[in-house]
Amino acid sequence: MKEKIKVIKNLISTEIQKQNISNINLMEVCGTHTMAIAKYAIKSMLPTNINIISGPGCPVCVTAATDIEMGIELASRSETIIATFGDMIKVPGRKKTLSEFGNVKIIYSPLDALALAQNTPNKEIVLLGIGFETTTPLIAATMLQAQKSALNNFSVLSMNKTVPAALEVILSSSDCKINGLLLPGHVSAVTGRNYFDFLSKFNAAGVISGFGPLEIMESIYLLVKMFSERKKEVINNHPQFVTEEGNQTAMKILFSVFEDADVDWRGIGIIPHSGLAIRKEFAQYDAKKKFKLHTTRIENPPHCLCGNILMGKARPNDCKLFGKACTPANPIGPCMVSSEGTCAAYYKYYL
Amino acid sequence: MCLAIPLKVIDIPSEGMAQVETDGVTIEVSSILTPDIKKGEYVLVHAGFIIEKLATKEANSRLELFKEIYERKN
Repeated sequence: MKEKIKVIKNLISTEIQKQNISNINLMEVCGTHTMAIAKYAIKSMLPTNINIISGPGCPVCVTAATDIEMGIELASRSETIIATFGDMIKVPGRKKTLSEFGNVKIIYSPLDALALAQNTPNKEIVLLGIGFETTTPLIAATMLQAQKSALNNFSVLSMNKTVPAALEVILSSSDCKINGLLLPGHVSAVTGRNYFDFLSKFNAAGVISGFGPLEIMESIYLLVKMFSERKKEVINNHPQFVTEEGNQTAMKILFSVFEDADVDWRGIGIIPHSGLAIRKEFAQYDAKKKFKLHTTRIENPPHCLCGNILMGKARPNDCKLFGKACTPANPIGPCMVSSEGTCAAYYKYYL
Repeated sequence: MCLAIPLKVIDIPSEGMAQVETDGVTIEVSSILTPDIKKGEYVLVHAGFIIEKLATKEANSRLELFKEIYERKN
């Protein structure tokens, strides 16, 4: 594999020189790519005129403080147990984090939350629904299972989001300099390649990529090549698991339980059609309705640049708090909280 | 977060469930999102669910372009 990586590395350099490319900006959309790029030192293998910018694809990072507060409000009740993926427990709300509550359980699979509901009938189990198109079908399937089992002590606090609308906001911003997108391989396994065809409206090409160092290098090469050839296609470079149409069963299950909604993204604000709300037919599994949760919008902490970082407009080093007041042990912004956050990856690998 | 790993289906104990394996480690996962999986197939597993089957026969399939590039170098 090392040999192949070297081949691609040389091809990228040759393409940049041959085409006299002075500057190209590529955004990795997915948090798992952010981590992989840092871990495999991908940037050190690229010519300096290729800028790799992190995007909005870390679901924990884009979870609004308002949503975290709702989770905290539920955790404060004696009758509830909060079931969540691990990263969420350290995200700061207004004053507290979920990790300060004894009734917050870390789960591996949404099905674990269902089992918890079955095994503790005297408690209300609330699953924190986070994630993009990869994870939301699992949550939808779990809710269908809850309905089938007639469980009445299980609900979901949906913070689920979809990728396209956020990318549209980034790409349509007047100062957007992004020339190509490294698209998420696992989201695409569910959605299919054609889900990203909307990118042709914008001035950016896309390559769906796997997560190994060779696949990432290959995908960057394809983006550079399309840039120099002035092409704007969406290429599937993860053909092992990504098809044209994706997993239609999973998408159908997702949209049988959830519907399109306008949702709040940390640091970015409310983006129309960028999230998923639970359909009214499933209201009894919707924690917001079941517990009559109210939302008062909470702004980002002052000086925290997470919003601009998630939009690809700033780098962690541009933030006054980064590495000083804001560290993985004491995170202020969400990009430092999740291990897949841009700031956490920079702190671990580039400081 | 969207971490997923390729595993091999070694058994289908009941409808909607599959036993998957890699390097001798076996786990049971839900196959509700991929109802037509078969024993011996490779699948992508995320948070206790199979989210997709291997789309091509070769586990290490690559785009034609890269196959040509690597062959040329050998």
